[in-house]
Amino acid sequence: MRVKYLALGLSLAVAGSAVIASKATAQEGIFVPLLTYRTGPFAGSGQPIANGMNDYLQMLNERDGGIGGVKLLIEECETGYDTKKGVECYEQVKAKKPVVVNPYSTGITLQLIPKAAVDKIPILSMAYGLSASAVGNDFPWIFNPPATYWDGLSMMFRYIGGKEGGLDKLKGKTIGYVFFDGGYGREPIPLLEQFAKDYGFEVKLYPVPAAEMQNQSAQWLNVRRDKPSWMIMWGWGAMNPTAVKEAAKINFPMDKFIGIWWSGGEDDARPAGADAKGYLTLNFNGVGTSYPAIKDIQKFVVEKGKSQVDKTKVGENLYNRGVYNSVLIAEAIRNAQKISGKKVVTGEDVRRGFETLQISAARWKELGLTDFGAPITSVSCTDHNGHHAAYMQQWDGAKWVKVSDWIAPMKDKVRPLLEAAAKDYVTKNQPWPKRTEPCDKSS
Amino acid sequence: MDILYKIFIDPFVQMGGAPDLLVQTLWEGLVGGVLYALIALGFVLIFKASGVFNFAQGIMVVFAALTLVGLHEHGVPAYVALALTIAVMFGLAFTIERLVLRPLVNQPDIILFMATFGMTYFLIGLGELVFGGNPKIMIASELGLPRGAIEIKMLGGFVSLQKIDIAAAIIASIMVTVLAIFFQKTRIGRALRAVADSHKAALSVGISLEQIWVIVWFAAGIVALATGIMWGARSDVSFALEIIALKALPVLILGGFTSIPGAIVGGVIIGVGEKLGEFYWGPLLGSGIESWLAYVIALIFLLFRPQGLFGERIIERI
Repeated sequence: MRVKYLALGLSLAVAGSAVIASKATAQEGIFVPLLTYRTGPFAGSGQPIANGMNDYLQMLNERDGGIGGVKLLIEECETGYDTKKGVECYEQVKAKKPVVVNPYSTGITLQLIPKAAVDKIPILSMAYGLSASAVGNDFPWIFNPPATYWDGLSMMFRYIGGKEGGLDKLKGKTIGYVFFDGGYGREPIPLLEQFAKDYGFEVKLYPVPAAEMQNQSAQWLNVRRDKPSWMIMWGWGAMNPTAVKEAAKINFPMDKFIGIWWSGGEDDARPAGADAKGYLTLNFNGVGTSYPAIKDIQKFVVEKGKSQVDKTKVGENLYNRGVYNSVLIAEAIRNAQKISGKKVVTGEDVRRGFETLQISAARWKELGLTDFGAPITSVSCTDHNGHHAAYMQQWDGAKWVKVSDWIAPMKDKVRPLLEAAAKDYVTKNQPWPKRTEPCDKSS
Repeated sequence: MDILYKIFIDPFVQMGGAPDLLVQTLWEGLVGGVLYALIALGFVLIFKASGVFNFAQGIMVVFAALTLVGLHEHGVPAYVALALTIAVMFGLAFTIERLVLRPLVNQPDIILFMATFGMTYFLIGLGELVFGGNPKIMIASELGLPRGAIEIKMLGGFVSLQKIDIAAAIIASIMVTVLAIFFQKTRIGRALRAVADSHKAALSVGISLEQIWVIVWFAAGIVALATGIMWGARSDVSFALEIIALKALPVLILGGFTSIPGAIVGGVIIGVGEKLGEFYWGPLLGSGIESWLAYVIALIFLLFRPQGLFGERIIERI
């Protein structure tokens, strides 16, 4: 009998504490989980991003007491860049009513896309994930600003065109594409093939399977044989430094080797040192610690020992990329508070916050991040990406140097293809829910 | 007809048309193969001593390389760091023997195999805890390993030999030879083979199982360190190196799990075979065939020699 009462008491206590905990969560803060990977083969890219994301949000808590006076409840879940673990993380954080989920992996994003509308949790896949999810009418819960992979590819071609004296000069030439052989690396291939038809060049594909990330000599021997005029790379984790080293090994001209924005970490170029001099990548965030907001991170978070970052790596490219990601989250939450009139917002409010996201040059300045990113002006109810500009940076042997102005994507080429891809996705995944969420006036 | 031409004629036309590229491909395959052989050697040593496939060999490569670089990052001179890493690998071998192997004497092989899984996850956690998960640059030049390349003009083109690859091939060959002699010609080597046959029988003739296991795991640790240095110098030192270690699997299938010469010959066959396959036949299949081609090569050999090229033919009474 005593045991029975004890069990009953215990279960009541547990149930009670669960209710209290959920109330406390709702009252005390806005839950922002971060799916990160500090371990495993991709930790080299994952760690700086995790630190940047975490530190900016922590800084808002420390400096401003959160957003609109409400603390942010930040919680990391380790995915190891593994899709299975990523989905587990999502299921784990879902119960705590997150206002947004950042999968930080195209593979995980693809798995979460069908879940988001059901669970009413917006997914932010910042400049990664499914390019077609930019079509807001079909994917009301998915956001991928500031630019899609297809935008990135089109920016590369604008740059290449500029160097060649016009894209028509590519006729008869060969362009090589070395990529991580997975959803991420295969994402821009349809547009690349379209460009090949439009401009009359030949495409050579060099897939790198995950198991061969650090063993790419065969791929680069093929590059040596095919002699492409330009090489484009979609690499991640350990694939990047290996590719840069291999390119240098075959004497490929490094100033004709362009990586996407995920191939431009310091740790991607540094192992090759001076041999990597000239290597180019796209970027959409500022690099360095000269921004007042980054200085605030140093003051309020790093110096107080509340960050996992190595102090010398604050301001590096991928760290600042994480900061950029958190700026988008914070601004969407701020917007959501404004639109809904509530302090403690929900996932549904933040979805509306993303649809009305605007970060003008003046707003970047107010945030203490002058010119840190191109103004975000085009995200809307129908366009969840905005197709914003990026710039080209070049490795000078020791650090990244900005070598171009903002390069706008070829929206006229990209958008129709995105619309078609979105339609195709919806057709293949029937029954796909029709959008019922109304658009806010400002979007 | 066209496809037959592309499979059976065109690759050989390409080989004849650009012989410098053929030589370069063979060289890359050879270097890769020697490094695979080095990884496979770590597996063979432990398999010979305990009849267990050591799943933790890959993480031992990462752990050894991280220890070396990590110590150097903390201001320890390169050669002192190397010596200390060797000491750490000895400590690891000793600890594994005491805490994992000794309590499992006479247990079925599958239990020991599962224990190596446990060790893998433990070493991943320990490595990340102590050294962090971020990639590190191998201290190759501090260790006196050469940088740069030798470009040889030949056959109407050029062949580029990376000095680090030459060093890797030489060091791996020396290491393999020394280990082969040590385990074939010495008393410890014979004791090792006895342990592999039967723990009970070895114990009954006075062989110290504990001692043999520590020696073998230590030797596997040294091999892991050499592998980590060489692969790390070619790319960087990160947990991704663990994946590379799985490339030893087809090498072992091909060479046999118990043969040191098998590991070497198997490594070279797989290394050269996959590079030739990827370079000349890969484009026909959309490229990126290297990761599974190694297994196909191994399976073809298995059809003819199920015990591997140099594996022992085991005859068991039913």
